[in-house]
Amino acid sequence: MYSLIVFLPLIGFLIAGAIALKGAMDTVPPAPEGHGHGHGHHDHGHGHGHAAAHGHDAHADDHGHGDHEEPAPGSRPAELITTSLMGVVAILSWIAFFTVGFSEREAFTVPVLTWIVSGELAANWAFRIDTLTVVMLVVVNSVSFLVHLYSMGYMSHDPARPRFFAYLSLFTFAMLTLVTSDNLLQMFFGWEGVGLASYLLIGFWYKKPSANAAAMKAFIVNRVGDFGFLLGIFGVFVFFNTISFDAIFANVETLEGATLTFLGSEWSAATIICLLLFMGAMGKSAQFLLHTWLPDAMEGPTPVSALIHAATMVTAGVFMVARLSPVFETSHDALTVVTLVGATTAFFAATVGLVQNDIKRVIAYSTCSQLGYMFVALGVGAYPIAIFHLFTHAFFKALLFLGAGSVIHAVSGEQDMRKMGGLRKKIPVTFWMMTIGTLALTGFPFTAGFYSKDAVIEAAFVGENAFAGYAFTLTVVAAALTSFYSWRLAFLTFFGKPRASAEVMKHAHESPPVMLIPLYVLSAGALLAGIIFAGGFIGEGAHGFWKESLYLGEGEHAILEAIHHVPLWVKLAPLVAMIGGFLVAVQFYIRDPDAPKRLAARHDALYQFLLNKWYFDELYDILFVRSAKWIGRTFWKVGDGRIIDGLGPDAIAARVQDVTARVVRLQTGYIYHYAFAMLIGVAALITWAMFHGGAN
Amino acid sequence: MGDMPLLSIVTFLPLAGVFLILWNRANDEVAIRNIKMVALTTTVFTFLVSLFVWARFDATNPGFQLVEEARWMGDFVSYRMGVDGISVLFVILTTFLMPFCILASWRSIEYRVKEYMIAFLVLETLMIGVFCALDAVLFYVFFEGGLIPMFIIIGVWGGKRRFYASYKFFLYTLLGSVLMLVAIMAMYWDAGTTDITRLLQHPFPAAMQPWLWIAFFASFAVKMPMWPVHTWLPDAHVEAPTAGSVILAGILLKMGGYGFLRFSVPMFPLASADFAPMVFALSVVAIIYTSLVALMQDDIKKLIAYSSVAHMGFVTMGIFALNEQGVQGAIFQMISHGLVSGALFLCVGVVYDRMHTREITAYGGLVNRMPAYATVFLIFTMANVGLPGTSGFVGEFLTLMGAYEANTWVAFFAATGVILSAGYALWLFRRVVFGELTKDSLKGILDLSGREKALLVPLVVLVIYYGIYPLPILDATAASVDSLVKNYQAAIDAAAQTAAIAH
Repeated sequence: MYSLIVFLPLIGFLIAGAIALKGAMDTVPPAPEGHGHGHGHHDHGHGHGHAAAHGHDAHADDHGHGDHEEPAPGSRPAELITTSLMGVVAILSWIAFFTVGFSEREAFTVPVLTWIVSGELAANWAFRIDTLTVVMLVVVNSVSFLVHLYSMGYMSHDPARPRFFAYLSLFTFAMLTLVTSDNLLQMFFGWEGVGLASYLLIGFWYKKPSANAAAMKAFIVNRVGDFGFLLGIFGVFVFFNTISFDAIFANVETLEGATLTFLGSEWSAATIICLLLFMGAMGKSAQFLLHTWLPDAMEGPTPVSALIHAATMVTAGVFMVARLSPVFETSHDALTVVTLVGATTAFFAATVGLVQNDIKRVIAYSTCSQLGYMFVALGVGAYPIAIFHLFTHAFFKALLFLGAGSVIHAVSGEQDMRKMGGLRKKIPVTFWMMTIGTLALTGFPFTAGFYSKDAVIEAAFVGENAFAGYAFTLTVVAAALTSFYSWRLAFLTFFGKPRASAEVMKHAHESPPVMLIPLYVLSAGALLAGIIFAGGFIGEGAHGFWKESLYLGEGEHAILEAIHHVPLWVKLAPLVAMIGGFLVAVQFYIRDPDAPKRLAARHDALYQFLLNKWYFDELYDILFVRSAKWIGRTFWKVGDGRIIDGLGPDAIAARVQDVTARVVRLQTGYIYHYAFAMLIGVAALITWAMFHGGAN
Repeated sequence: MGDMPLLSIVTFLPLAGVFLILWNRANDEVAIRNIKMVALTTTVFTFLVSLFVWARFDATNPGFQLVEEARWMGDFVSYRMGVDGISVLFVILTTFLMPFCILASWRSIEYRVKEYMIAFLVLETLMIGVFCALDAVLFYVFFEGGLIPMFIIIGVWGGKRRFYASYKFFLYTLLGSVLMLVAIMAMYWDAGTTDITRLLQHPFPAAMQPWLWIAFFASFAVKMPMWPVHTWLPDAHVEAPTAGSVILAGILLKMGGYGFLRFSVPMFPLASADFAPMVFALSVVAIIYTSLVALMQDDIKKLIAYSSVAHMGFVTMGIFALNEQGVQGAIFQMISHGLVSGALFLCVGVVYDRMHTREITAYGGLVNRMPAYATVFLIFTMANVGLPGTSGFVGEFLTLMGAYEANTWVAFFAATGVILSAGYALWLFRRVVFGELTKDSLKGILDLSGREKALLVPLVVLVIYYGIYPLPILDATAASVDSLVKNYQAAIDAAAQTAAIAH
């Protein structure tokens, strides 16, 4: 069953990829000279396409070979195949969730294939199945299925649907290998695999220069994190002599007090390993300093944002730290850093989210901020709470993104909220779904976010590290900001007077059922996931639910117990913050719509600072991009050109030419010149022979 | 094929093709076609025969196998052939890539086809010889002999600056190899033999090792090429015809790495240990420096050439990490780079044949008219970047792992190559393949032809296959690498003991 869960999306990818490639090859517009050439064989799919490459000619020929705005041949079969495979996988995942999560069954491993063996190093392809895995399976596959379904409607006008569905399935496959990995190397495979899929999907509309730039940026910034991840893997191997999770966890106590030499100095082994691995998590989960790629990633189609840049891929970092919770638990310092980074991100991203005008970017910054919450929970050792927030967040954030997609769909592709407004009547279902998502995100009582987010804030309060207080303060403030920007989004989009052109407003229409059904399902999750699962994830049932898959604390799950004994004001703080944010949003965007402009004008510097995202892009551009280009050019022109070639081969060649030129000049043709030269030569030879002989 | 001299057959089979081509004296179209067919058949047949080598090869045996011996110049030099886990895969790689080179030249070579094919077949013999030779002088003959056909290939069928490039190539490599010849003579005086198997047993005096090591290093470092003696490579690649680039990147560069593993490390272990920090430094500089230079190139081939130098930096780093992961990773990286860079040069050749320019700015938006090409190019780009699941990852990962065990600074700086390679490779891909297709010259460009697909698809399959299941390569090398590392360690320990006793 687990093999099916992982490999069905791969099969979907191969089929859809083959259809996409074949279709693309067959519909290339003919050359002006008018001589085309034979296609029709060797349609090996993207990536791994040798198995499923043949036999799709039937689909391809059903459709006309017209201009490229027509849907690609095989669009319908491609989307039906991938979506139904994902449906099967989603159902299987829920079965797995209940059989593993709510039973006595111990963790187990499903081996698949040997991968890399070199000396002591051995890594297999294998699936590690425990509660943490099945929780992720449910999140990934449910959202992925709903996004596939939604995309059938959202992308219906796009000419390249088979390619889109192929990429979605490829992403799902990579994500599944990540969450099922039983060693660090397979995790790294999934890690980079989702990076590839993300790159392809952000750059899906490859004719747009901005999309291509964003895709590259996402890949490269993620690689910065991967740089740390790789070094972390090496550190683990040097210390444990293995990279398989079981063996690491079995020997985790040897980390206590051990040291490791890294870059010439002695470090606490646990701290350096955890910090290096955490660097990978920061890249993938877009944490402060490595966050710049996530907002730009919104260049991709909206369903992609929902799946990859909200619900699943960006949570991989959280998953990784939770998976390695026994290791992180040995390093107090590393956890302190995790808390610091998480809290900073939660606050920073929320401040930027306040002033953004692109509907998707607001949600992107919100995602970034919520990921910060998850890292705060991880940092204070509340691993189950972090995963619970990951779980609920997947529902309401995917809901918000898909809702935003529905809005964008309705207003003919407009994403700027300043050109929306008054859409409530036009698209009532979307409006209500978005409202549910907003309620859950802001933590309205008894919605999903209420349980998980408040638990994060309480955990930060009881947490025992240097930055726990900092984290508590910032997460509460961020909760107020969250509430403000979420309602700002809702009010700007759905309330007030329409600011779009009459033309657009006339065409504004509710989305088709295929797009609304995923919204219904997700909104049910956003409303109910907290109330249903809180008991199991972070309540009394936690120990029986998680079993050995997470570090749950000494004694009777320490931190889960402690959060029940916080003072009342702590419990109320997020609620008050939420109401405060809501009221300010009402004041600014309903009662006095000119207030934001006045405020922005009065604090122009601050406004510009936030609007430009704390100037990180500009800073990085100077620090890294331009300087790398400058150094590269200098190395090339000066290093290779002037120094190495200039002093090496070219110089030698030039000297040789000089000498020959001089020799030529010496060839004067007068006998006595030669005779004179010969005489000098003979004299020199004799002198040399005399002195040499004399020495003996 | 019980007692057949299999290695000699594989080595000299291409010369049989040369003989057949020479026999053909006509110069019309049919004759040229025949010449191409003969060359192709010869290389394919050689590849098939080389598969027997692999089949007969026993991966559990760390020693030399399929050994042949014949007296040649009295006691001094004998004709000795044999392969072990370090060399056998290079033989297969060579015979595997040759048919691709012939096919890649099918249309792009327009004059002197006969001589061209002869040059390639002779080159094949010499390259296989390098990897099979078990006598230092024989090795030297093959090693240097390979220079000549390559020099001719670049100089005759190359681009505009072909003379400059071919002379630079020749001078650089010749300069290094003169020193190697001197070293081989010195080794003969000390050990009384040029038989590699016996040289491997011979303990060279500690005082002599550094000099011998440096002499060999001069030759191999240029071949590799290592920074700062790399500048011949971009020029050679840019000017060489596509097939020449494939062979240059795919096989000729590997001779340096192979040489380190065959001579420097096992024969001069003490010097290797002493010089390892220097090699690390040069490797790291190569990785960072050439990656940054690659970023700024505006010629596609030059960009890939610089990225080759960076990838070879991983190889030298892995070799001198002197542990199993490092050395196995280095071998894997060489094999993988042979496939990937060969494929990338083929990809460049595809568009060069159509547009006759390698300027990046002349392209853009190719995906709109060349979806199959874009897909294939993407896969090789990702392999070049070292994405897990492609063969490029395994070598990079293992060499970095080995380097980390040896010295964390090295791994730290080398791992930045992971970021930089993504930078230059994706930027290239974006500028060439993505975007709108706006240039008029590209409006009629055609996607891969059947011949080109036949060239590229097998490479795609192998790159992904070895990315997911690298065991065939790792297993083949494991025993020999293990014994190499153990012998090296034993030599170091022994030296440390003598030093301890002396004090």
